[in-house]
Amino acid sequence: MSLRYGLRTFLLELVMVAAAVAFLFPVYALVTLSLKDKQQLAASPLSPPTSPTLGNYSDAWSRASLGSALLNSTVITVASLVVLIAIGSFAAYFLARCATRLGFGLYVLFLLGIVLPFQLGMIPLFKMVDSAGLLGTYQGMIVFYTGIQLPFTVFLYTGFIRALPADYANAALIDGAGHLQAFTRVVFPLLRPITGTVLILNAVFIWNDFFTPLLYLGGSARETVPVRIFAFVGQYVSDYGLVFAGLVLAALPIIVVFLVLQRYVIKGFASGLKG
Amino acid sequence: MDGARASGGRAGGGRVRSRRRRGGFLTPPWWFAAPAVLVYALVVLYPSASGVMYAFTDWNGIGDRSFNGLDNFQRLWQDDAARGSLTNTLLLTVAIVVVQNGIGLLLALGVHTHIKSRAVLRVVFFTPAVVSPVMVAFLWKYVYNPAPDAGLNGILGAVGLGSLRQDWLGDPSLALWSVAGMVVWQFAGYSMVIFLAGLEGVPAELHEAAMIDGAGRWQRFRSVTWPLLAPSVTINVMLSTIGGLKLFDQVYAATSGGPGHASETLSTVLYKQAFVYGNYGYSTAIALVLALFVAAVSLVQVYYLRSREVGS
Repeated sequence: MSLRYGLRTFLLELVMVAAAVAFLFPVYALVTLSLKDKQQLAASPLSPPTSPTLGNYSDAWSRASLGSALLNSTVITVASLVVLIAIGSFAAYFLARCATRLGFGLYVLFLLGIVLPFQLGMIPLFKMVDSAGLLGTYQGMIVFYTGIQLPFTVFLYTGFIRALPADYANAALIDGAGHLQAFTRVVFPLLRPITGTVLILNAVFIWNDFFTPLLYLGGSARETVPVRIFAFVGQYVSDYGLVFAGLVLAALPIIVVFLVLQRYVIKGFASGLKG
Repeated sequence: MDGARASGGRAGGGRVRSRRRRGGFLTPPWWFAAPAVLVYALVVLYPSASGVMYAFTDWNGIGDRSFNGLDNFQRLWQDDAARGSLTNTLLLTVAIVVVQNGIGLLLALGVHTHIKSRAVLRVVFFTPAVVSPVMVAFLWKYVYNPAPDAGLNGILGAVGLGSLRQDWLGDPSLALWSVAGMVVWQFAGYSMVIFLAGLEGVPAELHEAAMIDGAGRWQRFRSVTWPLLAPSVTINVMLSTIGGLKLFDQVYAATSGGPGHASETLSTVLYKQAFVYGNYGYSTAIALVLALFVAAVSLVQVYYLRSREVGS
């Protein structure tokens, strides 16, 4: 904890940078292999590419139909987030401000959902979605994500609202506003910090989720990015250049968004789970 | 909006006194919670309750289902592959919790200093955590490639450690630990970020006071930093335990539980029982066991680890 940059700090810096280099080896392999054609791959897989080619990238983009998969992922993620935040924040506002046993009971019921593994209801829910004709649709996934992520969303919002003075909303109500108006115009804007956290944590979860979209969307035209990549890798498993170009393209959107918003994302991950 | 106010007023008409004691017209109306409760009941509560019920039946998706008491659980206990998956799940979880949080703590302590690269390193170590676990698993399938000149084996050969080359995912005694390794790689930075938030909350004055009292580095860590990190430890241990118990994507994408049943976990077994063999009753019984594990671990950790935290 010394304040100047001494020898000790310098040595630590070396150790940490060496650790980062070792840590990044898989990423180096990923990018290097994706830039090589078959001959170069066969000759020396891990050496830096002598004549890098983007051929794998255009092949992977079209063969995995990544364009449509990205569109599906975007629609499902954005729509789920909108519904989650809308109904989650309303519910949390009621739970945080209602001092009755009903309010407390409902809150505990929502907390239960954080602990329950979704596998417990997996088969009954699959049957329900199937008989409702929602397999292979956006709607099925949006309802699923809303339900499965509500406990966590309600938990975060309720904790935040409890710490917020009720005075602002009360002033609006006394001035004659309705509850709907008081919440949307006065309270909801005050929730911005926690809405950011809710948005980030849920977006990362929904965008990357694999198991349920595999069950509900596998083989349909609505496959999300992880499901499409899963099928793509299965088909071209031995062609590492092509597979890795597909992985880079599929991972790039979320990595770019993360790098742009990294301060908020890291803060969201670090704080969000304390409630 | 006027309608909302009017109906709120009407509902309170007969019970003005009792409502006023609880905050009266200032309390939001119950229907604020209605849509969320409805969706939650439909997607989580009702299916989970049905799941608990099916766990005690011989349901296979076609024809009738009848209650068979504890048969499914007995089967889980007697079936070697399934019992192995229980052991594997616990081993995998312990390995992930210990190694991921150990490395996460070291990274956090290293980054929470005056080194110049600290901002970059924080981003570098955290980035894998935002990528889909399935994609990370496919990347690591290459890292674990058994060919001598590929992936990790290639590196080992290049630095003269060729004798350590392994068939990382193909060797039954190694596959489970290799899966743990890729999970640790992906989420050590996540643990680091939570520890960093904890470290930033340790007041510098306490360190200075300890230094004046002549405490060395290790002593300061042991008696100042570590006790104050307790909340971060609680969160990290809970998150990685629950994540480890439920782990599915990485195992499914990297080994599908193989070779043989060497890396099978509760999640992969219950998936196969449901969607490969159609044993719905048995599959939900395994899911119930998993749920009980997760619930038990969460409760124990909340009580035990909280008691270690410094009261504020």
